Amino acid sequence: MASANSDRYLPDSVRQLAKILIVGGFGVGKTTLIGSVSEIEPLRTEETMTAASVGVDDLTHLADKRATTVALDFGRITVTPTLALYLFGAPGQHRFWDAWEGLAHGAVGALALIDTRRLDDSFAVLDQLERYASLPFAVAVNRFPDSRHHPGGELRAALDLPPHTPLLTCDARDRGSALATLIALVQHVAALTPTHL
Amino acid sequence: MSGPDAPKDYADQAVRPFVITGGRVRASRNTIGVDTLLMTAPDPPPLPRAAPREQHALLRICARLHPLVEAAAQLQLPVSVVAIVACDLVDSGHLHARSPIPEAERPSLTMLQELLDGLRKL
Ligand SMILES: Nc1nc2c(ncn2[C@@H]2O[C@H](COP(=O)(O)OP(=O)(O)OP(=O)(O)O)[C@@H](O)[C@H]2O)c(=O)[nH]1
Ligand SMILES: [Mg+2]
Repeated sequence: MASANSDRYLPDSVRQLAKILIVGGFGVGKTTLIGSVSEIEPLRTEETMTAASVGVDDLTHLADKRATTVALDFGRITVTPTLALYLFGAPGQHRFWDAWEGLAHGAVGALALIDTRRLDDSFAVLDQLERYASLPFAVAVNRFPDSRHHPGGELRAALDLPPHTPLLTCDARDRGSALATLIALVQHVAALTPTHL
Repeated sequence: MSGPDAPKDYADQAVRPFVITGGRVRASRNTIGVDTLLMTAPDPPPLPRAAPREQHALLRICARLHPLVEAAAQLQLPVSVVAIVACDLVDSGHLHARSPIPEAERPSLTMLQELLDGLRKL
């Protein structure tokens, strides 16, 4: 649907941004999912870990240290003329999210991508999400050709998900499928949100 | 990351941001985040002669509305560095910043509903 003319830029009419974090282990399909739904080619930015992880106000004594860089992919969907959704692909550990100014703050939620061939990676990611209690999340299992088929209930039990956490399967390469996971996440978050704040 | 196999675009990252930001690692006000919308002021006063090129570049980019993260990706600089550059330019009146989710920790139901309706129409 992307109208080719002006997608390069965010429309000047946008007043509000929504953020969703796409988290998951190495190679699980984060960038692919973002690329499937984004109106721009996924962009990439990098952050140095020293600043945020140390939290100091002065870099002088750190200037000679080799900082770790962490990469963040992101894409954009202009949802209405005034609202744009940004999707940020990030590793599961929230110390990585903390490396970016306000990445998780005010985010709608996180979508955890899971590769059932590497469940151990998934456990680590889910563990972190559950500890980061202020950020609601949904789980999407990416189907790869050699993934073993897990019946939903069995997988939910294996992942030890909290009862109401949405668990979906998706093909991150497919736009409709990727959008469906985002919709499920937002629906879940809306259901958790009190009517009056 | 300035080792031999560092990606070219980021090769001078360890040194440059330090210079650009005068040694600070955090924006002076905690109001500029990845999703802060930035726009160059309508008639910005000229930048001081000694202004770093990143200030010029950020003002050029933000002639169109850009969130911090998109400006950072274009500048090929870390988000935290561009946050500081942006903060200085906001203070000097060259740049306008619009914080989309000002203080709220959680997005409002109104926004979530708008998001949901919009996503379903795509
Ligand atoms: N069959 C199948 N392949 C997928 C799916 N999602 C991603 N892939 C493939 O898996 C590979 C890795 O996907 P990426 O999107 O690069 O994964 P990533 O999570 O961004 O990886 P890193 O950023 O390196 O951690 C690519 O070759 C994709 O084409 C999926 O849902 N189904
Ligand atoms: Mg990736």
